[in-house]
Amino acid sequence: MTGVMVPLVTMIAILVSLTTMSAALIWMERRLLALWQDRYGPNRVGPFGLLQVVADMLKIFAKEDWVPPFSDKAVFVLAPAVVMTAALLAFAVVPFTPGVSIADLDIGILFFLAVSSLNIYGIVLAGWSSNSKYSLLGGVRGAAQMLSYEVFMGLSLMGVVMLAGSFNLRDIVEAQRGLWFFVPQLPGLVIFFIAGLAETHRIPFDLPEAENELVAGYHTEYSGMKFGMFFVGEYLGIVLISALITALFFGGWLGPFLPPAVWFVMKTLFFVMLFILLRAALPRPRFGQLMSFSWKLMLPLSLLNVLATGAILLARS
Amino acid sequence: MGPDTLVIEELTARFGEAVSAEACADAIPTVWTAPERLTEVLKFLKTGLNYPYRTLYDLTAIDERTRQNRPVQANGDFTAIYHLLSMERNGDVRVKAALPGNSLSLPTATGIWKSANWYEREVWDLFGIEFEGHPDPRRILLPHTWKGHPLRKDHPARRTEMGRFVFDEEKQAEEELSLKFRPEDWGMKANSDGTEFMFLNMGPHHTGTHGIMRVLLELDGEEIRDAALDIGYHHRGAEKMGERQSWHTYIPYTDRVDYLGGVLNNFPYVLAVETLAGIDVPDRAKVIRVMLAELFRIMSHLVWFGTFAQDLGQVSPVFFTFNDRERAFGIIEAICGFRMHPAWFRIGGVAADLPKGWDTLVRSFTKYMPSRLREYEKVVLRNSIIKGRTKGLGVLSLDDAIEWGVTGPNLRACGMAWDLRKKRPYSGYDQFEFEVPTAEGGDSYDRVWVRFQEMWQSLKIVEQCLNNMPQGAYKSDHVLATPPRKEKTMKDIETLIDHFLDVSWGPVIPAGEAAFGVEASKGNNTYYLVSDGGTGPYRARIRTPSFPHLQTVPGLCRGLEVADLVAILGSIDFVMGDVDR
Repeated sequence: MTGVMVPLVTMIAILVSLTTMSAALIWMERRLLALWQDRYGPNRVGPFGLLQVVADMLKIFAKEDWVPPFSDKAVFVLAPAVVMTAALLAFAVVPFTPGVSIADLDIGILFFLAVSSLNIYGIVLAGWSSNSKYSLLGGVRGAAQMLSYEVFMGLSLMGVVMLAGSFNLRDIVEAQRGLWFFVPQLPGLVIFFIAGLAETHRIPFDLPEAENELVAGYHTEYSGMKFGMFFVGEYLGIVLISALITALFFGGWLGPFLPPAVWFVMKTLFFVMLFILLRAALPRPRFGQLMSFSWKLMLPLSLLNVLATGAILLARS
Repeated sequence: MGPDTLVIEELTARFGEAVSAEACADAIPTVWTAPERLTEVLKFLKTGLNYPYRTLYDLTAIDERTRQNRPVQANGDFTAIYHLLSMERNGDVRVKAALPGNSLSLPTATGIWKSANWYEREVWDLFGIEFEGHPDPRRILLPHTWKGHPLRKDHPARRTEMGRFVFDEEKQAEEELSLKFRPEDWGMKANSDGTEFMFLNMGPHHTGTHGIMRVLLELDGEEIRDAALDIGYHHRGAEKMGERQSWHTYIPYTDRVDYLGGVLNNFPYVLAVETLAGIDVPDRAKVIRVMLAELFRIMSHLVWFGTFAQDLGQVSPVFFTFNDRERAFGIIEAICGFRMHPAWFRIGGVAADLPKGWDTLVRSFTKYMPSRLREYEKVVLRNSIIKGRTKGLGVLSLDDAIEWGVTGPNLRACGMAWDLRKKRPYSGYDQFEFEVPTAEGGDSYDRVWVRFQEMWQSLKIVEQCLNNMPQGAYKSDHVLATPPRKEKTMKDIETLIDHFLDVSWGPVIPAGEAAFGVEASKGNNTYYLVSDGGTGPYRARIRTPSFPHLQTVPGLCRGLEVADLVAILGSIDFVMGDVDR
């Protein structure tokens, strides 16, 4: 009985804490952006405006669940679920502490890459099924962008895999006992971070939803909780990428004095904040520039990184 | 002025009796010609002179039918007025043609100036004067279903003068039909060479259009093959309103034309009225005007700067610039009591003297701004993504800019140091030390750069105003200045009666015509006023900079992407109120 109960409880606990956390991130992002933009941000509902998220949730749940009559209804409803499910699934392999994770897969990184690419389907389907021109343009942009950035996202992690000698995330964390991988794998970290930004389509890679050009891009026609799911999906994506950066490059739960879980959360939150800071600071490039940046700069760089890491490892052995 | 006054001689030498001169209060050379000779005269002015008039600065008309004091040549029912500008000779010329009521038709000037397109559509829309050979003879400011031509004197100006408005199903169907997008109306094709194009309707409500304007795009993927602009959603009949206001009470309406420009709109209006009335403004009033105008230029540029960065996806600068603008508003509020639309200028001066402590406010602002501007330069102007997105984008050549009637920072970005504050100093601008920043490339980045540098120059002018504010009256003692003086009204009945009339009806400005242009935040803003010797304008024409600027957009964005269109629109700095009036 306990053999079933423990993973089940872990799963539910992680699921609940993840969705709560990504909802709380909405508050965090708004407050942090406000701080950097000389404003207050939401500070009226509850202490420090913390209950703003609850109020927003209540509102978004109470909204009419409207499907545009001109859309392809079944797909339209499915798309936000795909985005959120893909993001949640990928968390299965994230090692939060030595004891807590859902699946300890030997192909952890491959699983993450595979599942997170499912995200594209959500965006393309949303853009296509909305039957609106802005959504379509957003969906097409999203597809092209995520396909191109996926290519070197995988490659950027190969250095880490080579150093650790494993695809298993837990092994990778353990392999960093001596030296966190961001030192030997700095290029890999930078490339992975950029790919992660693109994967979560945050500024400066928010072209699929560029509000100044495409109104709201692929989710233009969405409202209510379906829009909320895109929103939460985006924040889940940010948490996911931050958690992976922590696990792959910054020693995961490793750290002195404090319990492992605290270290993991602190490191993850730091990168989440970095995501938000970038949003406050950077403008958005043109689509063409984004593409050539991906194929002409990032892809060769990540290949070079793999080559160099491999050469050094060979030389050492 | 030099060659400026020569134009009448040049025209008489060429056309003899076919042209006749008129003397206007503003000393702008004005000639009349018959509609048949018009094209010839305009062509001669554009191409046949040593210092040609290369810009069609304004094109408008007057309904002469109820005008008492008109020039002898105005023997028709309508008069069309072509206002041409030569930057080479720093001179203007007005060409007028009288039109009898039974043949309201002129040859089109679109073959001479590309910019004539929208102007002629506007004249057709508001006066019903046809332009033969115009490529797109449709309404531009009013809905296509509108009946009548509002700037005609027999068109009602008030709602109460019109019949009952009924919006029944039939009317609704008609309106909806008129909104239907038909590509061929805009000269677009649905497909070519087997490629089917997508039409994208950006606006009238869209975050990238800065106000209510519709951009119609013919797209091949994300590439813009063709673009057309549909304007007029912001038309409020500002010119028609002028005809039923007194000279004094029209001032607050002008504020709202370029709603970010505040007193920069009052400026050309009061200067034109003062030209008509022959009022000399005291020095203190001049400097107060300059100071407020420059503060508003800074504020307008701050709004534009923030929204421009926002257009390129940078979300933070808009909050910073709005905060800074708020500080400037603090000064405006202390001086005027209002914020965006202070209506602070008066005929003959300003509404009241500066309040106690104004200098502390202004000084703290001029001390505060430089560090902010340096930061913005770092954050936005030197950002490589911003550079990558705007350099070489939407290039306007100097010749094209002059041809399209582009003025202000957009023209200076093309390399022409044309600034009315330097070229035709008004209100004592010749006494101030400042530079006119120019750039060479004429692309979006240059437009941004020039405007940014202007903020520095404006700060410099504000500082000079602060340090050299003259003593004396803030308003002229001239009998036509408004509001009239009140000191003696309670002493004798005659003064009281005069004062009462002067307040309720306002002054009677002598009959005549005057145009006055100033360097507004977006370009040259000119008010062309016609007085029939009454208590209000017979015709108030507002030549705004945004109107011609917007007309260049379709040409600038062809072959680019949707994101580039947004960047170009952001770099041009227009305000829909300024376009549609």
